[in-house]
This record gives sequence, structure tokens and C-alpha cells, in this order.
Amino acid sequence: MARYILGRLLGLVFILFAVSLITFLLMRSVPGDPFASGERELPQKTQEARERKYGLDKPLWEQYVRYMGNALQGDFGVPFQSPTETVSGLIARTWPATIKIGIPTILVSFVLGSLLGFVAALRQNSWLDYAVTFAATLGLVVPNFVIAIWLILLFSARFDWLPPGGWGEPEHYVLPVIAYSLAPTALVARYTRASILDVLRADYVRTARAKGLGERRVLLGHVVRNAMIPFVTVLLPEVPNILTGSIFIESTFRIPGLGRFFVNSTFSRDYPMILALVLLVAALWGITYLLTDLLYTVLDPRIRLTGGALR
Amino acid sequence: MSAVDEGAVLDPRAGARDALAAAAERRASAVPRSNTYYATRRFFRQKLAVFGLVLTLFLVVVGVGAPLLAPTDYKQNNLMEANQFPSGEHWFGTDTIGHDYLSRVMYGVRTSLWVAFAAVAVSCLIGIPLGLVAGLKGGRTDFVVMRIVEIMTAFPGLLFAIFLVSLFRAGFNIPVGFGQRIPIANVWLIVFVIGVTSWVGICRLTRAQILSLREREYVTAARSLGVSDTGIALRHLLPNAIAPLIVAVTLSIPLAIFAEAGLSFLGIGINEPTPSLGKMVAADSGSTLRVYWHLGFFPTLAIALAMLGFTFVGDGLRDALDPRQN
Repeated sequence: MARYILGRLLGLVFILFAVSLITFLLMRSVPGDPFASGERELPQKTQEARERKYGLDKPLWEQYVRYMGNALQGDFGVPFQSPTETVSGLIARTWPATIKIGIPTILVSFVLGSLLGFVAALRQNSWLDYAVTFAATLGLVVPNFVIAIWLILLFSARFDWLPPGGWGEPEHYVLPVIAYSLAPTALVARYTRASILDVLRADYVRTARAKGLGERRVLLGHVVRNAMIPFVTVLLPEVPNILTGSIFIESTFRIPGLGRFFVNSTFSRDYPMILALVLLVAALWGITYLLTDLLYTVLDPRIRLTGGALR
Repeated sequence: MSAVDEGAVLDPRAGARDALAAAAERRASAVPRSNTYYATRRFFRQKLAVFGLVLTLFLVVVGVGAPLLAPTDYKQNNLMEANQFPSGEHWFGTDTIGHDYLSRVMYGVRTSLWVAFAAVAVSCLIGIPLGLVAGLKGGRTDFVVMRIVEIMTAFPGLLFAIFLVSLFRAGFNIPVGFGQRIPIANVWLIVFVIGVTSWVGICRLTRAQILSLREREYVTAARSLGVSDTGIALRHLLPNAIAPLIVAVTLSIPLAIFAEAGLSFLGIGINEPTPSLGKMVAADSGSTLRVYWHLGFFPTLAIALAMLGFTFVGDGLRDALDPRQN
């Protein structure tokens, strides 16, 4: 097991390296200049001095090696869009807001979604099942920024119950979490329903019933446990996305989180910030996938983890 | 377990009766039917799938027929009639600069469906060959392809899309030399970007299919007869792997519609004056929506209908093409 985990971590390092290299090359091939302000042109000397300050006058490969060398020591440089702090500082300042929206979103969508899916599967083809399926479909067919706008129109503009946006008070969480969790909740409900229905027909559930186990023990010990496998496959990959925030939700509700930097930084060619964000997402993704695979072995002891160093 | 099933278990004759009846029915119809025939029948037995198909066909007709069916051209506007609510004259009202909104929505359906279909075609063109080669060759090829897939998955999709849009919007320009730029039409750029950022799922699925198919007897038979790898891939593997691929493709069309909407929300989607549902939802749902509800409502409705249609068709296809499930 330790050997397997070590191999996977080595694979992750390779992916982080590849991702950073691709990002670096991509962002340098996008035409444009991070310091082109569109305002008055600065003197030639000043521009050169600034390029020297950020190391942009060096050859490309040297810039990359230097950046990665610093990054390995935890120094991701200075963001161009906010030169008074470091990239790490900027992320540390803005990420908590995103996480504070992300964790309730994950909790709501996992708990509510699996409950709804479970209930719908146990009462298959009842009105409850149809209601859940209908709601789940609705949650998936409208983009979350549209849902966000409707929520604001309804609860802020029409009834004035909740603030339309902002940050700091508990009531600022409600609308973003609803808007953000609707689609994942729907997804979870759909998959839970399908996988529970699948498991309910399995032979081992019939065996469990035949040997006289109570309904509760059949459901908890056999059905839920086995239905968790597809659930884990579908859900865990959503976690890194939700934890790094959504530009759509954050800009609609004016949340000072990380999500907007994905777009801002690309538009303003903030090279250090872009690289740091990409590495952050890739690392989160890699760790989540490793956890998913480890979780499989807990849920289904028949699953064996195999594979070489780079799997 | 339903009462019918228990009855069947208690009375073994019931099962035998059913089997006899089925056999008699088969003899009566006499003609051997193809798998496609049975799949089609299974598809049309599902109400939701048929509903989805009708919805999808309706939208396709609206989109394809927009130049003939729409009341006005999408570019034609009349400022004197701006910001009108739905009426007998303008069924969907007019927008802030006086376009007939029904025409805009119809042309929007046209653009969005076109972008979605083309983008999914691009992701198939990348994903299917890569998955096929990886599954068939195995070894080093498989290793390389799967690493590319992992890198693509680890890369934040939105960031990649923005990169590609800004990279190619001004034309193509590589830092290491030839400073030439090739201008690309905006719709094609969006198609390309969505396709390039969404092929991973299709690739994985193709590979998984090939891996499970390539050890079958008929493949071994073909190989021992001296059929080339290409022949085996195209004649034996791909046709047998096609069913789950069709399902995946159907279900990725709504995702492409959403992706276009997302890019439009960020202001890097389809350029004016071409209308697209995503752009209308994103732009018209803003500050004007509080008063002019129709501006956000109708394009959102169209997107929702498209999503519903394709999702139902995809789910129906999955149930129809996979006879294991009842």
C-alpha cells in the first residue's frame, strides 16, 4: 500500500511538472504584454527596468527554471495585479472566502442529494420518486449563474429577505450556497438513485434478505455500502472544482474569493498568479483522485490497487 | 421486489408459459430482426425518451429553419420598438435595441445547436482515435495517451478555454518565430475551444471499451486470419464499441451548450451580431431582467428545453442499447 501511494505521488509530481510547463508555454504564446495599460506609454528605460525587475528580459527557459526553482521553495513570486503582496499571500487572503462557500456547498449537495436519491430509489415509481427526478432534472438544465440571478430577483429584489451579494455576515452565505449546490445536488441525487436501484436487484441483497436480515441491516450493511462506489466516482471529482470556486457564483454575489482570479489573471496576463492557480488546481485534483482510489478499497475489499510507479 | 416477480418464483409454470408465448410470437413474426430493430423498439417504448426526441427534433427544426421561420432577420432592429413586452406583434417582445426577440431566440437556437454539434464532433475526432490507439496498442502508447488525458483532466478547464480564446482570437502567434497570424472566424474558435477542452471523457470511454473488447474470440479470429490492426479497429472493435459512445456523445451536447453559455458570461463567447442562447442568457439576464423579464426568460427556457431533450434522448438510448438492463 505504501509503495502504491508513493508511486501515485510520484505520478502526481510528473503531472504538476507537465501542467506547469504547458501553462507556461501557453501563457507566453498569448499575444500581449502584462504591462500594456492602454494609457500613456512609459519611457523605454522604465519599461526595460520593469521587465528586468520581474525577470521578463531573460530567455524563456531560464524564466521557467527560475520560477519552478522558487516555487519548490514555496515562493510563487509577486502577482502583477497586486504588487504589494506575494502570490502565496494573495491566495491565502482570498481562498478562505471560496472555501467557506465551497464546504457548505459540498455538504449540502452530498447529504441532500444522497438522501433524495436514496428515498427516490426505495420508493421507485411513486410520486416522491417522480418529484425528486423532476427537481434533479431542473437543477441540471439551467446554468448556475441564471439560477443565481433568479434567486437574487426573488429573495432580494422582490421580498428583501436576503442580501443580493456581499461578504462577512452569515446571511451572505445562503443564496450563493443554494445557487452553487443545486446542480451537484441534482447530480448526486440522480446517481444515488440509479446505483441504489442497481444494487437492490443484486443477488447478494436477495441473499441477505433470504437469510433473514432485518430491512434496516440489509439497507445499511449491503445496499448503501455497495451503492457508494459509483457515488464516490461521480462526486469526489467535483470537490476540487467546488473548492477552487466558481467565477460565475463569486462575481454574481460579489464574494471576494479565489474564483475570479482564474479569469482576471488570464486577462491581465498575471503570469505568476496563473501558474500558481494551475498548480493549486492540479495538486488538489491529484490528491482527490488518489483518495478516491483508496476509498474504493475500503468500500469494496475485492478491488486491488495495482500498477507501476506512474499510475 | 414486486408482486409479479414473487409470483413467477412461486409458480415455475408461469415462467415456462411466458417463454412458450414468446417463442410462439417469434415464430409468428418469422423474420429475424436486427439488433437495431430491437433497440429502436426499446427506445420508443420509453415515454420520456420519446418526449426528449420530439423536443430535440423541434429545436433542430427551429434552428435549421430559422432563416425561413423567423419573423425577421436577426440583425434587423428598430430602436423605436425597443424594450417591448411580449405582444401579438412580437411574441417574445423586443430587446434593448429593438430586435424582435422571437427571431433572436430562434437564431440563438441555431447558433447554439450548431456550436454544440460541431464542438462534440471535434472532441470525437480527438478522443475516439486516441482512445482507440491507446486501447489497441497498449504498452507505451497507452501510457503516453493516458498521461496526456491525466494532464488534461488536472488542468483547470475554464483557464484552458480562456487561454485558447485569447491565444487564437488575435490570430495564431507562436513566440519562437514566424510572426504570422491566421484570423479565425469567432464561431469556429468557440467550437474548437469547447472541443479541445472536452475530449477526455470520450477518449477514456473508447479506451475502456476497446480494452474489454479486444480479448474477444472474434478479434482473435480476425487477427489469426491476418487482418491488420487498422482493419480490426475499424471493422471489429469500433462498431461493437459504438453504443456507449453514442450515449456519451448525446449527453455531451448539452454540456457543450453550457460551455458556450459560460464563455459568453465571461464575455469571450460568440461575437455580435450573431445571437446565441448562452450569450442571451448571460447578457440579458443582467440588470434589465428585473423589469424586462422576457429577456432572460425565453433564452433560458430554450436552453433548458435543449438540455432536457438531449438528456432524455441520451438516457433513453442508454437503456435501449444496453439489453442487460430489463
